[in-house]
Amino acid sequence: MSFMHFIILLPFIAAIFIPFVYKKWNIHLHTGWFVIIVPLFIFINLLFQIPAISNGDTIFLSMKWIPSLGINFDIYLDGLALMFALIISGIGTLVVLYSIFYMAKEREALHNFYVYLLMFMGAMLGLVSSDNVLVLYTLWELTSVSSFLLIAYWYERKKSRSGALKSMIITVFGGLAMLAGLIMLAMITDTYSIREMIASVNLIIESPLFIPAMVLVLLGAFTKSAQFPFSIWLPDAMEAPTPVSAYLHSATMVKAGLYLLARMTPIFGGSAAWFWLVGGVGIITIFYGSIRAVRQTDLKALLAYSTISQLGLIMSLLGVGSAALYFNIGNAQEVYAVAIFAALFHLFNHSTFKGALFMVVGIIDHETGTRDIRRLGGLLTIMPVTFTIALIGSLSMAGLPPFNGFLSKEMFFTGMLHASEVNIFGLDGWTILFPIIAWIASVFTFIYCMILLLKPFLGKLQPEKLPKDNVHEAPFGMLVPPVILGSLVVLVFFFPNLLAEYILKPALVSVIPTVSTGNEVFEIHAWHGFDSIELWMTIGVIFFGLLLFFSIKKWNIAFRFFPDKLSLNNLYNATIENMEKQSASFTDRYMTGNIRHYLLYIFIFITVIMIGSLISFDAISFNFSSTGEISIYDIGILVVMVAAAMTTLLTKNRITAIVSLGAVGYLMVMLFVIFRAPDLALTQMVVETVTTVLFLLCFYHLPKLGKRLEKMKFKVTNLIISIGVGLTVTIMTLIASGHRLHVPITNFFENAYELAGAKNIVNAILVDFRGFDTMLEISVLLIAGVGVFTLIKLRPKGSENDEA
Amino acid sequence: METIMAIVIGILFSIGTYLILSNQMLRIILGLSLISHAINLMIMVMGGLKTGGPPLLSESFQSFTDAIPQALILTAIVINFAVTAFLLVLSYRTYKKHGTDDMNQLRGNEHE
Repeated sequence: MSFMHFIILLPFIAAIFIPFVYKKWNIHLHTGWFVIIVPLFIFINLLFQIPAISNGDTIFLSMKWIPSLGINFDIYLDGLALMFALIISGIGTLVVLYSIFYMAKEREALHNFYVYLLMFMGAMLGLVSSDNVLVLYTLWELTSVSSFLLIAYWYERKKSRSGALKSMIITVFGGLAMLAGLIMLAMITDTYSIREMIASVNLIIESPLFIPAMVLVLLGAFTKSAQFPFSIWLPDAMEAPTPVSAYLHSATMVKAGLYLLARMTPIFGGSAAWFWLVGGVGIITIFYGSIRAVRQTDLKALLAYSTISQLGLIMSLLGVGSAALYFNIGNAQEVYAVAIFAALFHLFNHSTFKGALFMVVGIIDHETGTRDIRRLGGLLTIMPVTFTIALIGSLSMAGLPPFNGFLSKEMFFTGMLHASEVNIFGLDGWTILFPIIAWIASVFTFIYCMILLLKPFLGKLQPEKLPKDNVHEAPFGMLVPPVILGSLVVLVFFFPNLLAEYILKPALVSVIPTVSTGNEVFEIHAWHGFDSIELWMTIGVIFFGLLLFFSIKKWNIAFRFFPDKLSLNNLYNATIENMEKQSASFTDRYMTGNIRHYLLYIFIFITVIMIGSLISFDAISFNFSSTGEISIYDIGILVVMVAAAMTTLLTKNRITAIVSLGAVGYLMVMLFVIFRAPDLALTQMVVETVTTVLFLLCFYHLPKLGKRLEKMKFKVTNLIISIGVGLTVTIMTLIASGHRLHVPITNFFENAYELAGAKNIVNAILVDFRGFDTMLEISVLLIAGVGVFTLIKLRPKGSENDEA
Repeated sequence: METIMAIVIGILFSIGTYLILSNQMLRIILGLSLISHAINLMIMVMGGLKTGGPPLLSESFQSFTDAIPQALILTAIVINFAVTAFLLVLSYRTYKKHGTDDMNQLRGNEHE
C-alpha cells in the first residue's frame, strides 16, 4: 500500500471514526469540522501531483487485493483521473464546509450523513483512479449505494424513500449491464486492466462482441449520468439534502458516466455506432432536459433538469469528439479533438457554476423555507451576496461573458458545427441536426437560467407566502463555498489557458492518446472575431431567449397538449407496478402455504437429482456380496417390522397406529441387538418407551384418524411419490454399501482404552473423542424441552382462554 | 443381509413418505418417526453388518463392528426423540388454537 492508496482510501478510514467523534464531540462542535479535514488533505496532496501529470507523466501503483483472481487495486493516475479527483476532493471540501451551516447539529443525524458522504467520496475517488475494471465496477455500485442512502437521508418522508429507490433501481440496473460489458471486454483481451485493454484495442474491434460490449457499457454510463430516457431518477433524487444534491447529483457522481465514456473512448471511439449512440443520446438529452427545465416551479427540480441537459451537452461532445480516433494523426484529428477538449472544459465549468447554483438554492430554501418560485420574489435587496452568486452562476450556465460557461459554450458550438461536417459514419446529412438542436436547446437553457435568476430575486417580496418570517442573508460560513466557486467561474474566464495547460490538456491526452496538444485549436479565446458563426449563434440565443422569456405565458400553454400519461415517469411506475404484480402471482402459484406442496417439491427433487445424477455419472452398479449372513430370525423380525409399519399406515384407529409404531421401534431394538450394537439397543428401548407414552398422552387431545375423504388423485400422487422415494433410497443404499472407496477409520477408535481409558468404544467416541458434539446434542434436547414447556405453559396475554 | 436391509429401508421410507404427505398432523408425525427409523438402519448398513463382535473392548473378540455408525445413530435417536416430542406438543397446541389438524386449512394468512 502506497501513500497514494492511503490518500484514496482515506475517506473510508475516516468514516470508521466519524460515529465515535460524533458521539463524543458533537455537542460542542459540529462534526463537519472534523470531516472537512479529509477532503482538504486529499485535495492538497493531489495539487502536488499536477506538475508531474501535466508534464505527461502518469502514476501507476499496484496493490494486491484478490491476486488469485487477477483483481488488484491498481491506481492509475493520469490527466483524466487527476482532473476528476481534483473536482471530487475540491468540491467535496466546499460541500462539507457548506453542510456545516446547512445541517443543524442539534437536529440532524450527522453521523449517518457524514459516514455516507465519506463513503461516497472514497468510492468516487477510487472509481476514477482505478485501473482494474472490476474494482471500478465495485466502487461504481458503491457510489450508487451511498447515493441511495443520502437521498433517503430524511427517510421519514415517503418521497425521499421512493426517490432513493428509483435512483437505486435505475443506476444499479445500468451498473449490472456495465459489468457484463466489462466482462466481455475482459474476455476478449484476457485482462482486467483498462490500460492493457486499450493496448490491445485491435482485438476488441475485430471481436464479434464489440457492439454488445459497447451497448452494455453505454447503458451503465447513460443510467449513471441520467441520460434520456434514464433521466427520470435525477429530479426525484432532489429529495436529498441540498449539499448532497450539489455534490453527488450535479458535480461528481452523475459525471461518473462521463468519466467512463471518456475512459473508454480510446477503445470504442472512432466507430460509427459509438459516434451516433453517444452523440445522439447526448443531443436528445440536452433538448429534453432544457425544455423540461423551463416548466419547473421547484428551484431544485429546475436545477435537476438543467443538470440533465448539461450532462447531455458534455455527452454529445464526447460522442462527436470520438470521431477524432477515426483519423490516426494530423489536422483532421485535432478538428474533432476540440469537441473532447470542450467536453472536459465544460465538465469542469459545470461543476463550478452548478455547484454554486445549488448552494444558492440551498440558501434560499434554508432562509425562506421554500423553493417554490411562485412564492418567492424580491430577495435581491435582502440577499445581495446570494444574488451576486446566482447571477454569476446562471449567466455562466446561459453562456454569457465574462464567465467560464461562455467559453465552453462557444467551444460546444464549434464542436457541433464540426459534427455537422462529419461524413465518415454513414447517414450523411443527418449530422446537420447536431448544431440545430444544440442551438434550440441553448435558447431554452437561456430561458431557464433567466427564470432561475430573476423569479426569486426580482419582483415583489411576499412575506405572507413564505413559511419563515424575518428572512435575511445567509450566515457568513454558508456563503463562503459558493463565493469561492463563483470566483472560480470568473477567474477561469480570464485565465482559461492556465487551466487548459495544467488540467485539461493532460486529460485530453488520456482520452485521445495520439493528439498533439500543442496545436493552436486548443488555445481558448473569448473573442473569435465578427465573422465567427459561434458568436452569431450566441447572439441569437440571447435575442430569442429574451424574446421567449418575456412571452413565456403565451407559449407555455403548449405544454398542456402533452398528456401526462405518456410521461417517462408514468411508464416507470407502471412497469414497476406490473413487475411486482407478475412476480407476486408467479410466486403465489407455487408458494401455496400448504406444507404438503413444499414436501412434494423436496421429495421430487431428491428423487430426480439422485436418480438423475446416478444415471448421468453412469453409477448404477450393484454389488451383492454382503458381509453378514442371514438367519431365519432376522427374516422374521424384518417381516414383522414391515407388517407393523403397514399397520401404522392403513389403520384408522389412533391407538392401533401408535402401538404399531411402537412395535416398529421395539423391533429396531432387536435389530440393534443382532447387529452387535448393545448401546443403541438400550437407548432405543428407553426412548421408544418414552415416545410411545408421549404419543398416548397427546393422542387423547388430537382428532381421530382417517375420517375424511381423500380424493383419488391425491392418493395416487402420494403413492407414486412415496414409492419413488423408497426406490431411490433402496438403490442408494445398495450402491453405497457395495462400494467402499475409503478404508474405515474405526481402527483408530479401537485404541479407546489407551487414548481415553474406556472399554466401550461407542461411549468413548461420544463422551471423549467427539465430546463437543455430544454437548451440542444435549443443547438441542434442552432447547426442545424448553420449547415443549413454553408451548404448554405459557399463554400470550390477551389470547382467548383455550385451556383443555 | 445388506440387500434385504436395503429393501426394508426402502419400504419404511415409502410408508413414511406417504404418511408425511397426508393432511393430518398426527400422521405426519408418525411418518417422520418411521423415516427416522429407516435412516438409522441405513447408517447402520453403511458401516457393514455383523463384521465382528460388539464394540466393547474385551478378551473374547478380536475384531469389532464399526463403532462410528453406532455413535452417530445414538446421537440421532436422541435428537429424533426431542424433535418428535416437540412436534407432538406443537400439533397439540395448534389443534387447540385453530380447532383443526388439517394441514390444508393451516396455511397461514396472506401477509405473513
